Amino acid sequence: MEFFERFAIPHPSPAIYASMVAIGLTVIAIIVGLTYFKKWGYLWREWITTVDHKRIGIMYLISALLMLFRGGVDAIMMRAQLAVPENTLLDSQHYNEIFSTHGVVMIIFMAMPFIIALMNYIVPLQIGARDVAFPRLNALSFWLFFMGAMLFNISFVIGGSPDAGWTSYFPLAGNEFSKSVGTNYYMIAIQIAGLGTLMTGINFIATILKMRAPGMTLMKMPMFTWSALITNIIIVFAFPVLTVALAMGTMDRLFATHFFTTGNGGMDMLWANLFWVWGHPEVYILILPAFGVYSEVIPTFARRNLYGYRSMVWSMVIICLLSFLVWVHHFFTMGQGALVNSIFSITTMAIAVPTGIKIFNWLFTLWKGKIRITTPMLYSLLFIPIFTIGGVTGVMLAMSAADYQYHNTMFLVAHFHLVIIPGVVFAMLAGLTYWWPKMFGFMLNERIGKWAAWLIGIGTCVAFFPMFISGLDGQARRMFTYSEATGFGIWNMIAFFGAIMLAVGFVLIVYNIYYSTRYASRDIPADPWDARSLEWATHSPVPEYNFAITPDVNSRDAFWNHKKNNQKLFKGDYQEIHMPNNSGVPFIMSALFFVFGFAMVFSVWILAIISAIGIFACMGHRSLEKDHGHHLSVDHIKETEEKLGGANS
Amino acid sequence: MNNDQTQPLEYSTEQNNLNILGFWIFIGAEIMLFATLFASYFLLENRTGGGPAGEEIFTISPVMLETFILLTSSFTIGLGVHAMRLGRQKAMQVFFTVTLLLGLAFIGLEIYEFTHYVHEGAALQTSGFTSILLTTLGTHGAHVTFGLFWGLFILIQIKKRGLTPETTNKSFIFSLYWHFLDVVWIFIFSFVYLKGMM
Repeated sequence: MEFFERFAIPHPSPAIYASMVAIGLTVIAIIVGLTYFKKWGYLWREWITTVDHKRIGIMYLISALLMLFRGGVDAIMMRAQLAVPENTLLDSQHYNEIFSTHGVVMIIFMAMPFIIALMNYIVPLQIGARDVAFPRLNALSFWLFFMGAMLFNISFVIGGSPDAGWTSYFPLAGNEFSKSVGTNYYMIAIQIAGLGTLMTGINFIATILKMRAPGMTLMKMPMFTWSALITNIIIVFAFPVLTVALAMGTMDRLFATHFFTTGNGGMDMLWANLFWVWGHPEVYILILPAFGVYSEVIPTFARRNLYGYRSMVWSMVIICLLSFLVWVHHFFTMGQGALVNSIFSITTMAIAVPTGIKIFNWLFTLWKGKIRITTPMLYSLLFIPIFTIGGVTGVMLAMSAADYQYHNTMFLVAHFHLVIIPGVVFAMLAGLTYWWPKMFGFMLNERIGKWAAWLIGIGTCVAFFPMFISGLDGQARRMFTYSEATGFGIWNMIAFFGAIMLAVGFVLIVYNIYYSTRYASRDIPADPWDARSLEWATHSPVPEYNFAITPDVNSRDAFWNHKKNNQKLFKGDYQEIHMPNNSGVPFIMSALFFVFGFAMVFSVWILAIISAIGIFACMGHRSLEKDHGHHLSVDHIKETEEKLGGANS
Repeated sequence: MNNDQTQPLEYSTEQNNLNILGFWIFIGAEIMLFATLFASYFLLENRTGGGPAGEEIFTISPVMLETFILLTSSFTIGLGVHAMRLGRQKAMQVFFTVTLLLGLAFIGLEIYEFTHYVHEGAALQTSGFTSILLTTLGTHGAHVTFGLFWGLFILIQIKKRGLTPETTNKSFIFSLYWHFLDVVWIFIFSFVYLKGMM
């Protein structure tokens, strides 16, 4: 019995018990549903074992939307708790757990997979490739991310959620102050998902550098692909730092080492530094692909080519370099001294320059354009002003002397939400709407989409502008309540209404997906937006081999010139196409990682050792296996192309 | 698969080229991993708490022996890849086997070294310094151990399938990995042991 006590929740409440029941019922419903409709084989053959970048992209997308829901519920609970002074909806422990999981889920399990979803689906199409460089590694990336996310999410019903903030600063996150296994979950689940992300980084750099269509030089790549390349370079250089930090944190918690402890020579500030050496580049891992999406959407709907292509590329390169040189600005108040603070102050402010260049380039692209306000364009136009407000307050925070006033207040919370939401979330929703017809062969309803965009746009402002004021007045972040005398009540009440508007907006998006799936016309052209880049040159939805004939590229807007100036894009005849084989090993290996992670969280060593051996056995199997893929015959390609409505001549 | 006859076998197909580039990028990530460990080591080096400092526990002879063995193994795997390029499968197998045996000897010595440290009162839990010391050495040692199994699996394939574009590609990538571990060891030797003993 004692063995099982460790799995109990340390701070149970009716809400958590209700969630347990709900999770149980959902799992049973899924199992029964799959069995009743005899879909197990389909699920295994078509999805779980797939190595197709498009299907992996869609699985990333579904996971991201699920995690958006989870993180959103956390957000609504926080705003509800703070809406009135001295509220008793949540106690301090639950509030701690909720803001910790909200941060982790939104950054690592929502924003990251959303970005990787779009990269997976779009980048190979934009460069005219058949797939990514290592399709099977790609599947492993997804499943590792997925298992990491699941491991993190079961924490609130088994053993307790992490409660030391998404930054998990030591010594708070050490055993002394975080007694539950929650922080173990944090360390290990993020580690597993992070391994997947690192593999994605390697995979996409190799893909973009080596697999571009003939004629597509680096400076002829679409801007979204450029942003993906830079992002993945940041991933490869930033994630190993997190790997080491998490490993050290895990060892401190499980094996009583002294990396971040306060005694025996440990150094708690080492965690803060390592975390942000990864954490700040992570911010740019999130924002650069978002910039890439805007750089696709804005030229398409302004019907002009992107203004300042070269400066767009160079500003991203500079942002990439600077992103590794600013991490100390997250803890100006933690005693580095004036000189160090000044240096990091200046590097931080310098980032505003390349970012400003990008903003002006988008504005100049819009200038004298024939603008069509579609849903993706609406998000882009809402992004520019709101993001600029978020960005400019960032420059305020960058001034280290002034930061002593803003640090750890709601002002900071307002700042980073006002860059991350218009920056990343609007971009992902814009990208989702923009590329939806490419992925699924029908368009999302524009009327509902625009309603959602306006609600989310205005909701963001209503939810976060008041925090600037209450923050300057001294409302600290991560406090579960405040007294009436502080006068914060009114601002938090307004913010709560903003949060509800955001929630309604997201519900409308879900409704839009349902509505459009049921009613939208399937009879749409392959290029419904009259767009510019290569992904629109193939059919919608895309056949498994992407392009029947590899396109020939000789300009930046190859597809546009093909449409408007009659340049031939597809030369030659159909040839046999080599395709990779599906494999169940990535899924099995990741499932073993899940078991390993779970065993580590609860220090069940025998299980950990067995699953680790299993993981290595999978690698051994991969090493010895002969896998040469298969070929699609010319007849098969001809047949598919005819069925999909003629060759893409 | 279009084979390019002007290139060595391990570079002869498109996928082979991709694999090698991908592995170089992975080595970039590995450099960051070890760089983080070294940076942490320099920060925690003098934070010995109640435990011993570096100069009290380091002894030169096993470390010199380890260095000599690992550097030699890097040389033998280089000879192995050279033999592979000449198409001499037998010679290549011999050199790879020697490499793995040297790696095994290295790991044996490192295990001895670790037990010696624990015996001297420098366990993983002793202080900030011992935690990072054993973690940095251990991460390198774990990489070598992983390499032993990886190399063994490659040898099996070479024996069964001969020198094909795939097996040579795997062997070449493995040699990159092995050389990289050698480079890391040189940093450990210089900045952990020599610096600590000075």
